Amino acid sequence: MENLADKYRHIPGWGVDADPENEPTYPYKHWTGDDHQRLNWQRPPLQPVYREVLQSNERPYMTAVFGTSVPPSGLSGAIRRFAFKFSESEYGHWLPLLLADRVNMLEGIVADIKGGHIPNIFAEKGWAAEWKYNRPGAIKKIAIGTAVVVAATVLLNRAVSKRR
Amino acid sequence: MIAMNYRGPFRVRADFNKPVPDIQHPQDAIVRVTRSCICGSDLHLYHGLVPDTRVGTTFGHEFIGVVEAVGTDVKNLKVGDHVLVPFNIACGQCAFCKQQLFGNCHESNPAATAVGGIFGYSHTAGGFDGGQAEYVRVPYADVGPTIIPDDLDPDDAVLLTDVVPTGYQAAEMGGIKKGDTVVVFGAGPVGIMAAKCAWLFGAGRVIVIDHVEYRLEFVKAYAQCEAYNFRSMRDPVLFLKRETGWLGADVCIDAVGCEAAGSALQTITGRKLLLQAGSATALHWAINSVKKGGIVSIVGVYGPTDNLIPIGNVVNKGLTLRANQASVKRLLPRLIEHIRAGRLNPKEIITHRVPLEEVSDAYHIFSSKLDNCIKPILIPPSARA
Repeated sequence: MENLADKYRHIPGWGVDADPENEPTYPYKHWTGDDHQRLNWQRPPLQPVYREVLQSNERPYMTAVFGTSVPPSGLSGAIRRFAFKFSESEYGHWLPLLLADRVNMLEGIVADIKGGHIPNIFAEKGWAAEWKYNRPGAIKKIAIGTAVVVAATVLLNRAVSKRR
Repeated sequence: MIAMNYRGPFRVRADFNKPVPDIQHPQDAIVRVTRSCICGSDLHLYHGLVPDTRVGTTFGHEFIGVVEAVGTDVKNLKVGDHVLVPFNIACGQCAFCKQQLFGNCHESNPAATAVGGIFGYSHTAGGFDGGQAEYVRVPYADVGPTIIPDDLDPDDAVLLTDVVPTGYQAAEMGGIKKGDTVVVFGAGPVGIMAAKCAWLFGAGRVIVIDHVEYRLEFVKAYAQCEAYNFRSMRDPVLFLKRETGWLGADVCIDAVGCEAAGSALQTITGRKLLLQAGSATALHWAINSVKKGGIVSIVGVYGPTDNLIPIGNVVNKGLTLRANQASVKRLLPRLIEHIRAGRLNPKEIITHRVPLEEVSDAYHIFSSKLDNCIKPILIPPSARA
């Protein structure tokens, strides 16, 4: 390690008040000074990149390992690629990602149907458990849902009748 | 294989045809899962609050299992070892891992620099599939995974992957001095564990604040502490000031994170409109209830944008905020000692054992706090035989 005292000899009083005990990250960080070496650690072997992986623009290179679940695709993928043009500090990064998640949800339903699977949304939302452990709440939700659908149907019919 | 499959906010299902993962890096292992938990922070994903949570992802960062295959560079594990796998993916070589910050690894998450890789926790945390499945790929197998000692109950082991270390580190970061009054916001599994662990650091009084009555009853018995329902008081900060001789608590712990209840403004802007990274009510209360010169320890999970908190009070009161993802690997030896000595008994918080195939119901029960649920674990079919 370089001799810092020599390096800063021209600055009067350099380091005279340094206190190794003044370390608010103790005990969960065992300070070694490795931070000062920046990105110069010996890297692990690199995982080959076979699928598209989006990378933060705050990184100069890909991490040695990464997850490979669900590469970006479709409209949501395009939105995610756009988001990664912005740093983690910008709303331009995070808000498009949230939008992409909602688009992706719709893409998931379309993909299910295309694949011959009609998603059982009630089962996916755990309605069996709701019925078992919170039956009054389930009945209330069903009643509210039914009322909303009936009201919407009546209003729609009225609007159609008026147009005629 | 069977795996949990995220379909969108409040929608998950068991996928029966997900391909078994394979080795993708010489330091990988493939683990056959024997137990996995649903974590309170999984609910943030389930509720659609974490950006870049892609449909088709498998969640699950709390799991244990048997090693089925290892990469060519793996030296410390062999096929057949029963291992507990810390939730954070850590290389062991970067500047942060070398300083025991295994929750802040810089070589495991290409998508972000602020957070290290976490199993099954969105692409914002690396895009890794998680352990709510029959099999899972475990990178850096020589660093994080730890062989479960013969005398350690698997139910205790699975809770050592996150909830126990996170609760313990919450108390540790509080810098608790003997006799201190410690207030824990949140009576979920992490809050319960933080309250329990606060005594290990010499707390003189432990107070837990929540609004779910059955959880308050549970923590009162489990952690031998005081527990209060903030719905029963107009202003919890004023209540805590009064309870602490008007100076405030010595240490406050936020074990709630981004889905806190208790403030309409925070709830609407944070959880409904997503104008901030979740609702920061618990952190707001923590900052305002702690004494001048006190410490606020934050382990509640927040999103990556920003939150409304009274930062002016942090300055004026001279507070120290301490926060991090738990460094599981660092804490494991001490926590195993505590379990062996009978000082900690994690498995008592498990209330629900659910077949992996019924993962939709398990999420709904936990999310909606049905059937007095504290901590659900998922059991794959092969582990039930």
